[in-house]
Amino acid sequence: MAIARDTEPLGSSLEIGQLGLGRAELLGMYRNMMITRGIEERGHILYKQGKIPGSFYTGRGNEAASVGVATAMRPEDGGTPLHRDMGVHVTRGVEAWRILAQYMGRADGPARGRDGNVHLALIEQNLISMVSHLPAMMPVAVGLGLAFRIRGEPRVSVCWYGDGAAARGDAHEAMNFAGVRRLPVVFVCDNNQYAYSTPPQFEYACANLADRAAGYGFEGIVVDGTDILAVYEQAQRAIEKAREGGGPTLIECVTFRMEGHAVHDDAFYVPSELFQEWAKRDPIGRFGLWLSEHAQLGEAEQGEIENEVKALLGEAQRRAEASPMPDPAELEQGVYAESTEAPGDTDA
Amino acid sequence: MPEMTYLQAISDGLRQEMRRDERVFVIGEDVGVYGGAFKVTVGFLEEFGPWRVIDAPLSEIAIAGSATGAALMGLRPVAELQFADFVSCAWDHLVTVAAKQYYRAGTPVPLVLRLPSGGGFSGGPFHSQSPESSFTHVPGLKVVCPATPRDAKGLLATAVEDPNPVLYFEHKHLYRRIKADVPEGRYTVPFGKARVHRAGDDVTLVTWGAMVYTAAEAADELRGEGISVEILDLRTLQPWDKQAVLESVAKTSKLLILHEDTRTSGFGAEIAAQVAEEAFENLDAPIKRVAAPDTPIPFSPPLEKAFIPQVADVASALRELVAY
Repeated sequence: MAIARDTEPLGSSLEIGQLGLGRAELLGMYRNMMITRGIEERGHILYKQGKIPGSFYTGRGNEAASVGVATAMRPEDGGTPLHRDMGVHVTRGVEAWRILAQYMGRADGPARGRDGNVHLALIEQNLISMVSHLPAMMPVAVGLGLAFRIRGEPRVSVCWYGDGAAARGDAHEAMNFAGVRRLPVVFVCDNNQYAYSTPPQFEYACANLADRAAGYGFEGIVVDGTDILAVYEQAQRAIEKAREGGGPTLIECVTFRMEGHAVHDDAFYVPSELFQEWAKRDPIGRFGLWLSEHAQLGEAEQGEIENEVKALLGEAQRRAEASPMPDPAELEQGVYAESTEAPGDTDA
Repeated sequence: MPEMTYLQAISDGLRQEMRRDERVFVIGEDVGVYGGAFKVTVGFLEEFGPWRVIDAPLSEIAIAGSATGAALMGLRPVAELQFADFVSCAWDHLVTVAAKQYYRAGTPVPLVLRLPSGGGFSGGPFHSQSPESSFTHVPGLKVVCPATPRDAKGLLATAVEDPNPVLYFEHKHLYRRIKADVPEGRYTVPFGKARVHRAGDDVTLVTWGAMVYTAAEAADELRGEGISVEILDLRTLQPWDKQAVLESVAKTSKLLILHEDTRTSGFGAEIAAQVAEEAFENLDAPIKRVAAPDTPIPFSPPLEKAFIPQVADVASALRELVAY
């Protein structure tokens, strides 16, 4: 039996206007989704060209969820986005060339070649760089909310995780603690329905992952994660509720992982009908259609946006490839911090 | 200068840090209303309020993880795990997230984790361990093991100031047993500087934590036999004062390493390896270790006594070294 609340899709431009999204914001969201996908498509090419070492992960199918939630955040809010959430970094303004440089292990990637993939985040944006043990970031996100609460700041932490991460004990401890203390944390579960090759029925036995919120004393919501406007509406509501002292919310964004776990994985275990069905709900395609019907996005303007994104990515790739490799002489530097002052410090 | 127990010194130091810097807060199980399982934070809730003295659910991952998140947002958490043994639950968090964050992302994690460790009172396999050595193998973490009340207070102040995750192992068997003069005001004791607990000429004994006192008793015994033992208390294991050990060995030519943790891959192995690498020519005898055997810590008193290195074990190892 499901206990979480299902959301309705948003339709009219009037409703959207009431959320505070004007045409410029809507087109900005669309552009961020396209940049997000564009970066990952470039990454695919660079990987096949042998320019990206190691492995390579994308969030194809998750663009509405990541951009939608990030658009609802304020600059002073923070969080812990994971590897399907590139759209969060794009929306908060990480430059595309630095992301490509990170993929390629260059000195100008945010991790300076010390980590790869989407293991990046800029602390000045109050985002924390993820680790591979994905749910390990959940208590960290709760700690951000704890810091905001201790200092009495009207700020909110957003904690991303997935259907796989939900199975780990960290998820329980993080949500329980946040619930007990009513911390300003919004949990966003990107349920893309496959944890590597494992489908939902082998990850959890409840109807929805959002149902679990009831066990932690807060609200759970299931939202169509391919509908960016529905995601935005729920995220904004949850974030502002948390800011006002209303405690955590769990938003389950139901999406579909449109590629393998990583580039090496052809996802043979996913029935092809599922890919076909979810391809019809492509988040970017859906939003483009909505914009053409409700926001006068015509072919000419659509083409302009596409060209602009293409030019941005071409320049990003050029700059990333020009970035130097890290210097092995620096290998042993920076294991320990020397400074007593950390970024993010406020006055004591 | 007031006399304080080791426990009072920790408590006094922590209270001073919280009064000095409003970014410092305490989080742990039963640290608020109850004042901590060992009563280190008695009175803190009343003085600092419920958002600086946070009673956490029974969730070591959430404690270590949320302390890390709060540290990344500029606070200075001092988290308490009720027993150092329970750090196994938070291992992933400390090793995977906290230890590597600065190297990977350039973001310091100024976190202190207080870990009541050590045996000697029939705590059994899950309330008596000394897991400090394991964490010296994790780049990015610092490891502190005070032996005296004065060091307990000064090293805690340094730990709070340090921009890295610091594991502060406080030995439970010293809490109320050890009493000494402790300066009233705030002071710091630097990491990586050993303390000469007793100067001597014939043999160097390197140790830390509660074993400092076992070493001292053994050295007392040997004094009557005309043998002079130099006892070095390392104070911190990461970083550790290799220079002080090498200098003492250059003087005595003989080295005994003593620790309460089990023998294999204990930190004594690292000390022995480094001294062998760098001071082989100065040694007149093979390096010796006295450590617990490679077993879990048993509960029953005669078994526990056989597990934890005793004065007689240390004295006999010292005699062997001197006779070599």
